[in-house]
Amino acid sequence: MSTATGYNFAYLDEQSKRMIRRAILKAVAIPGYQVPFGGREMPLPHGWGTGGMQVTASVIGEADRLKVIDQGADDTTNAVSIRRFFATTAGVETTESTAAASLIQTRHRIPETPLQADQILIYQVPIPEPLRFIEPRETETRKMHALSEYGAMQVKLYEDVARFGHIATSYDYPVMVNNRYMMDPSPIPKFDNPKMNRMPALQLFGAGFEKRIYAVPPYTEVKSLDFDDYPFEVQRWDENCAICGSDHSFLDEVIIDDAGSKMFVCSDTDYCRSRQTNATESATATEETLS
Amino acid sequence: MNNRVMSDASIMNTSAWQDLAPLLSVRDVNKYYAPGKGCGPVNFDLYPGEVMGIVGESGSGKSTLLSCLSARQTPDSGQIIYNSEQFGEMDLYAGDESERRVLMRSEWGIVHQHARDGLRMNVSAGANIGERLMAVGQRHYGDIRAKAEEWLEAVEIDANRIDDRPSQFSGGMQQRLQIARNLVTHPRLIFMDEPTGGLDVSVQARLLDLLRNLVSQLGLSVIIVTHDLAVARLLAHRLMVMRRGEVVESGLTDQVLDDPQHPYTQLLVSSILQN
Repeated sequence: MSTATGYNFAYLDEQSKRMIRRAILKAVAIPGYQVPFGGREMPLPHGWGTGGMQVTASVIGEADRLKVIDQGADDTTNAVSIRRFFATTAGVETTESTAAASLIQTRHRIPETPLQADQILIYQVPIPEPLRFIEPRETETRKMHALSEYGAMQVKLYEDVARFGHIATSYDYPVMVNNRYMMDPSPIPKFDNPKMNRMPALQLFGAGFEKRIYAVPPYTEVKSLDFDDYPFEVQRWDENCAICGSDHSFLDEVIIDDAGSKMFVCSDTDYCRSRQTNATESATATEETLS
Repeated sequence: MNNRVMSDASIMNTSAWQDLAPLLSVRDVNKYYAPGKGCGPVNFDLYPGEVMGIVGESGSGKSTLLSCLSARQTPDSGQIIYNSEQFGEMDLYAGDESERRVLMRSEWGIVHQHARDGLRMNVSAGANIGERLMAVGQRHYGDIRAKAEEWLEAVEIDANRIDDRPSQFSGGMQQRLQIARNLVTHPRLIFMDEPTGGLDVSVQARLLDLLRNLVSQLGLSVIIVTHDLAVARLLAHRLMVMRRGEVVESGLTDQVLDDPQHPYTQLLVSSILQN
């Protein structure tokens, strides 16, 4: 493994890592609560995952195996750059397989493969405050969290139903963590919200621009907001994945020519690929038994 | 100064309210931003079902007093004792802030002078009315919407405007929407700051008529700040006249307006155009 010289392990200095770890410990102790931390400059702009990278840099060890995804894909610019960054500065092993990874940094998705108790999922968060759209004042939103005044959040859902006849919010869908704090799950599709509930893996959230860290400890209850008569629902598709045939994963709509033809494919590239491999293997196995 | 000034005793003697416990007791409340800027000391009792008017010129401390009373600004000194349904008799600023905030969205209503201070302009009228219901824990969309329609009609707004935003409403309608938004949780005490300010006279008249009906139907207690003596005469049972932060005269509305004792009140009453 190549390690860049002149940098500390995983880029950040040890004092900064300790500070971030203290924030993480506090966040884990108070599920869903946003802990302020002294965000450091990272060698890429805010909005490119600096929050998630600082969390990753603080928890990563030499024995870890890192996976980075962006919109479910391992091969997009952001994912490739961050993966390479840690391969260079920490010299850790990287992987594209969800099951093989011990740390997964993600933007916009939770992998389809269920996560295990020894894994950590790290989210990149642009706006950590779910109440921001109703209340621009930070002093006021903090007070609302402290006093559990979350009625106003329901206004957003009311507007959806009034305008579209159903809850049309499809990503960044607010959740209650451990029946106490309202949390912004980062811009994951609401399709992924149920996966957060009682997940065996530790979930850490880092917002670099707003300098906040929050967490959902393993096996914590995470409930999506809804109305009694309009319960929470996830997206569904009429099509299956055009590549692996999956009928239960989150699909991306891809335009494939100038005539407007389109196909639906899994957004989780690793999941799609492993399903294809399994399909080919079982097909080969069947052929072998037949011959 | 005359014998009516600051004497609560004489007011209580004139009514049957003395049998009831006061809803709000204000004792020596002071709030000064700088010498001469603010209000106090103020003393009065407000009884259930009573409408109290506070009149005075701009800068006389009316609005400061109102924000102290409605738990939005901590006074420098003095006590405000509120007789709450949920918490019993409570000293407003001695207690927990969470209790004050619960009061503000359940037992109290605050009608602002500018409707856009009291409304959420970027969400529909229905959501504006429903917000307080959701804040006190209602989670059934159908029920919330039915209540919102009911209240829109109660304040004479067509129920099919429920999905329109307040920015598409006229000034008078915005003000009525603000009132509906406050009344939906059946508060006991309403604070109003110049509710008719900026409205033309015919719209003012309709709003006042509506307010008067609602107050008597629902048995609301109201503290209304206004510089318009006509509004005060129409709505208020009792008046307090303020000048430079101090209460210069108080008493029954008709008494104060028809037989003003303090020179400032005399000036105020004589400044109205007579027809």
